Amino acid sequence: MELNVLGQSEQTESGCASGSCGSNDDQMSHLSEEIRQKVFNHPCYSEEAHHHFARMHVAVAPACNIQCHYCNRKYDCSNESRPGVVSELLSPDQAVKKVMAVAAEIPQMTVLGIAGPGDPLANPERTFDTFRQLSEKAPDIKLCVSTNGLSLPEHVDELCKHNIDHVTMTINTVDPEIGAEIYPWVYWKNRRIKGVKGAKILIEQQQKGLEMLVERGVLVKVNSVMIPGVNDEHLKEVSKIVKQKGAFLHNVMPLIAEAEHGTFYGVMGQRGPTNEELMELQDSCSGDMNMMRHCRQCRADAVGLLGEDRGEEFAMDKVEMMDIDYEAAMVKRKKIHDAIEADLEAKRKAPNEVLVSLAGLKKKETRPVLMAIATTGGGVINQHFGHATEFLIYEASPTDVRFVSHRKVELYCAGNDDDGVPILQRIIETLKGCEAVLCSKVGFEPWSMLEEAGIQPNGEHAMEPIEEAVAAVYKEMVESGQLDDEAATEQQLASA
Amino acid sequence: MAYSIVESCVSCHACSMVCPTNAIYQAEAHFMVDKKKCTECEGDYADSQCASICPIEGAILNGAHQIANPAGSLTGIPLERLEAALAEIQAR
Repeated sequence: MELNVLGQSEQTESGCASGSCGSNDDQMSHLSEEIRQKVFNHPCYSEEAHHHFARMHVAVAPACNIQCHYCNRKYDCSNESRPGVVSELLSPDQAVKKVMAVAAEIPQMTVLGIAGPGDPLANPERTFDTFRQLSEKAPDIKLCVSTNGLSLPEHVDELCKHNIDHVTMTINTVDPEIGAEIYPWVYWKNRRIKGVKGAKILIEQQQKGLEMLVERGVLVKVNSVMIPGVNDEHLKEVSKIVKQKGAFLHNVMPLIAEAEHGTFYGVMGQRGPTNEELMELQDSCSGDMNMMRHCRQCRADAVGLLGEDRGEEFAMDKVEMMDIDYEAAMVKRKKIHDAIEADLEAKRKAPNEVLVSLAGLKKKETRPVLMAIATTGGGVINQHFGHATEFLIYEASPTDVRFVSHRKVELYCAGNDDDGVPILQRIIETLKGCEAVLCSKVGFEPWSMLEEAGIQPNGEHAMEPIEEAVAAVYKEMVESGQLDDEAATEQQLASA
Repeated sequence: MAYSIVESCVSCHACSMVCPTNAIYQAEAHFMVDKKKCTECEGDYADSQCASICPIEGAILNGAHQIANPAGSLTGIPLERLEAALAEIQAR
């Protein structure tokens, strides 16, 4: 039996098995070919596209029509941006100029989103003016919009007129009682409506909007904020319902709540989920839904490819000075997009000869194992343990290897020796539940601390494709018998 | 009589979009109400629109110069919890 990277069995014809192809992600591999065509170059929809394409947001929509308990309206919408961020508000004309300047300078920028700082559809004139101008002047840019859904039904037809093929809607609940614990009020038909009554209206509009978009063939991604003790268990039902209604992806994100953000949840001490709780919920929803696992809740106003922020270069005063020949830029953009697509396509069609086979494994009943991977992208293990600011978490089992989440950590090699050990302890705490960490290299001190904590450091698979390396390490674990020793397993769990 | 907007306004534009008499305009520091145009929504709506959509407690005063949305009324954060959180942050 060949190693099955999750979801591949359904589409073996495309031959996607290489660790660096664009569809190796959990969420991409389940999608139909038609949807994949629409989202393959959207950096928010696949771990790999993230490394080749970029998106930007423009802050043209300041007003909001609801209050969420994880938001403080002194800042940007905290569902679409990190809490506490304030973007420079742009007029639609300024936004259009900025987008075209970025698109000319960074050809990999394929997607423009409007997500706030309030709710885009609570600012229909500003939002649609921006979309209208861009679909005329820069037809090679995909447009997307995020919304809380309250005003969605009345704007669906206008949305469909533009170059918009996906909408993100935040749905945290389908139960008004739970809704009242998340949304203190909504502004509806010229009144502020509080409590369960307000939440009920919001939920009805969201569900109606979802149905209307699906009817019109617009892709809908649903975002949910996981709030422990409020909607965590309930999100499984939400996942089922939105999938039944035709949403193509569900992205469960952890609540971020700190007192200094001044949000209701922050001040009231509501905690966010642990990495393990988040992963567990994503796992239990994934049976029902294509789950999105790699969302970094990145800053909505960041400009550039993954990990770079070139926002400074495109401050409005600088953009105003630029003279952009968009016709010429489009030619250049097309060339570069074609080259990236050809590259991704070639990798997709690469033969499967390098795949590790787990066929030789006699013990089929061994338990799954989580491993942490240090990588800078490209689907290979290519980062030093001490240089990682996040680890990708993969789960290996006798039948498949799959990407399950990412976990952010502090940089261990930050140059300050005094901080090393406490940082290392926090990294180990973050990697709880993992039994191996695969990286290009790892220093002596972290090596011994990781080992003590029951996480086996492994630098033997540097520059190898992630899935294959994870499978190989899993195979070694199975063959050495370390996975059938229950006593050792318990000890592992206790020490982790 | 007219409503007014004070400096805690975050300039989110929401009130200006729902005002039935276009009495609200953007000024240097924050949004302002044109006292000559403001009707307190008399004859248009039961509730004054700016005060019904404003997300910031204390930012809007009614015609009697009273705070339209007092502390805690929009966020649901009890005042003592907010004060305790502020004190805790300052003590760090």
